[in-house]
Amino acid sequence: MTETQGTQAAPSRRALIGWGGAGLALGAAAAGGAVAMARTGDDMDPAAAETGGAVEFHGAHQAGIATPVQDRLHFAAFDVKTEDRDAFVQMLKDWTDAARRMTAGKAVGEGAYGGLAEAPPDDTGEALGLKPSRLTLTIGFGPSLFDRFGLRDRRPEALVDLPQFPGDNLDRARTGGDLCVQACSDDPQVAVHAIRNLARIGFGKVAIRWSQLGFGKTSSTTPDAQTPRNLMGFKDGTRNIAGTETDRLKKFVWVGEDDGPDWMAGGSYLVARRIRMNIETWDRTSLQEQEDVFGRDKREGAPVGKAKEHDEPFLKAMKPDAHVRLAHPDSNNGITILRRGYSFTDGTDGLGRLDAGLFFLAYQRDVRKGFIPLQRRLSAHDALNEYIQHVGSAVFAVPPGVRDSGDWWGRTLFSKEA
Amino acid sequence: MRAVRLTVTAAATAAALTALSACTAKSDAKDGNAIQVTAADSTCDTSSKSVPAGQVTLKIENKGAKATEVEILFPDDRIVSEKENIGPGTKYTLTAEVKPGSYEIACRPGMKSHGVRQKLTVTGGGSASARDPKLDQAVAEYRQYAQDQADETLPKAEAFVKAVKAGDLEAAKKAYGLSRLGWERTEPVAESFGDIDPKVDVREDGLESGQKWTGWHRLEKALWHDKKIGAEEKALADQLLKDLKDWQGRVGKAEITPTSMANGAKELLDEVATGKVTGEEDRYAHTDLVDFKGNVEGARKAYELLKPVAAKNAPALAKELDGQFGALDALLDKYRTDKTSYDFVSYDKVTGDQRKELSDAVNALAEPLSKLAAAVVK
Repeated sequence: MTETQGTQAAPSRRALIGWGGAGLALGAAAAGGAVAMARTGDDMDPAAAETGGAVEFHGAHQAGIATPVQDRLHFAAFDVKTEDRDAFVQMLKDWTDAARRMTAGKAVGEGAYGGLAEAPPDDTGEALGLKPSRLTLTIGFGPSLFDRFGLRDRRPEALVDLPQFPGDNLDRARTGGDLCVQACSDDPQVAVHAIRNLARIGFGKVAIRWSQLGFGKTSSTTPDAQTPRNLMGFKDGTRNIAGTETDRLKKFVWVGEDDGPDWMAGGSYLVARRIRMNIETWDRTSLQEQEDVFGRDKREGAPVGKAKEHDEPFLKAMKPDAHVRLAHPDSNNGITILRRGYSFTDGTDGLGRLDAGLFFLAYQRDVRKGFIPLQRRLSAHDALNEYIQHVGSAVFAVPPGVRDSGDWWGRTLFSKEA
Repeated sequence: MRAVRLTVTAAATAAALTALSACTAKSDAKDGNAIQVTAADSTCDTSSKSVPAGQVTLKIENKGAKATEVEILFPDDRIVSEKENIGPGTKYTLTAEVKPGSYEIACRPGMKSHGVRQKLTVTGGGSASARDPKLDQAVAEYRQYAQDQADETLPKAEAFVKAVKAGDLEAAKKAYGLSRLGWERTEPVAESFGDIDPKVDVREDGLESGQKWTGWHRLEKALWHDKKIGAEEKALADQLLKDLKDWQGRVGKAEITPTSMANGAKELLDEVATGKVTGEEDRYAHTDLVDFKGNVEGARKAYELLKPVAAKNAPALAKELDGQFGALDALLDKYRTDKTSYDFVSYDKVTGDQRKELSDAVNALAEPLSKLAAAVVK
């Protein structure tokens, strides 16, 4: 993933950024404290349609939350392996440098070739020649991080440990983590390259605890775009918050100035859940039941009795345990989360069944007023529970964006002057 | 043992070491160009300290009471040519093709230790540029270390073989892990002799079509899995000893460079990462942690010898390596009660979480270790 060198076939990296104007425009707008998306929709914006462009890394908020959802995911949770706060902070700075380069379509460090023959190259090289592919890298800090480095007093009140929900069957090896990085890109190799190189830089300071690939997006943050289907064949979360909905983002996603703690202002909270689907039993379920379970029709994704997926649902027309009815803000005192999940298939489970489902990712201003009450309700009543099981779980405080080239991930948490 | 051998030889590219093929022969070389070497039990006199490049002839006479060995050596102690076992009162003529450069002639009375040395300058145009003497010293000491490991392995291997041949299952099991230690410590050097490794350290899944399974792991399976020692196992034990003696005799000729030392250290950690952490190496005996420790010790030795140069060229790297070697050693110590013994916890008793912790510590060390070679040649 070096800078494009004299190849006339592809537009230059700079041209790609300039073309959509999205990256630069977002950076400018975000620096001003507002969230404005230059891109209006995946299906309308030429740069997005090309899916090769770069997303601006710097801004008031981290990219990868309200920015348009890319096609692919590699998500990694890390454990901290060092007691040395300075070494950990240096790694965050090194990660920031690498992230800044990779999201711009550049190789890490001194690149993947041309260096000393006796040394392994800085960059692992599999993204050479690939476009930036809208790569975003988003970092989060787990509750257990605050047991380290004298951070106990800095832990946000909103960063609570998730309770055990009915039906949870969590695999400890796929749960928790001191920190996480979400890599989203339109090219899976670009996303994997990013996580791999960050893990390499992190050796000795952090170690991957678990990671998850997602091959297909299941949500959209672009208004009026079609909601991508999940592996059950349904559209879900059609009323997702769009990147242009500044008011709803402010109300439901971004941590406000007065929410506390100061270092989280402009950040968000992320809940990650690995939700295994009982694919084979679902596939044997009658169409009527499938539609009843969701409260939508399968073809269009329209709520019961409506014509289009974005039509306002009439909840009372649905069965009491229908997924949409239970999850809708109107049934939950207005609770709204920003969904950014991906479908996954990790091969088969040894019993000839797909090991597949939804890697659910949700951003919110406060987990206690977002995912937790929502999931309490769903885990107790949702008709969908017969076909799914939550098998992995994690929660992270996602700090505000990296402001400029001198800033770094986690500065507001770790820097004394911040 | 690895399926694909990235041998030390392949990395040996230093110009100073590109000697022409050395050959030994009883020749009637012309006395005009010959160097008279008079060896005794504590002296080694040479008639000339400087000869032109080309065919160099040593006319050796052993005037001592012990059998001796005479060698022409590169500055890093690699052997250009040698003659072993020159008996008391006997003579021998040794010839070799030698390029311009600095060499030493060594007499080793009793055929062991550093021996008595004399300088030899080979003159001529196009002399190779000299390497940092500190690095030559590091290579020389590492070669000595590799030799010591082979020398010390032999009695331990003999004890193992003796137990196998006596049909003593328990004694053989006890001697198995220790008999491998010297090999594991210097595996990249041992593997540079491509023909020895497949005979002594191959695992069943590493066999090529038609290859007979011999060596440690074949006996490991007999002892722990089949739980019996038959005539074939006894013969294989003898064969193992023979092959290890071959290794012992060839360590001095291994091509070793500062780069191959540094990369060899990293390769030892690769061995740990791919074979030991997974429990594949000693799948029946579960003595993987003994091998693990041996690999780390060997890597550390190579690093410590290169450290004077590395610490000067890359002080932060040296500090990081010191810390990570310390951390891995401390972690391994948790798996033995007596820090002077090699009685490690059986690897089948090491839990998944513990293996992850060991793997993380190996990654933490191997990543900076991969930068050592560049720091040394900088």
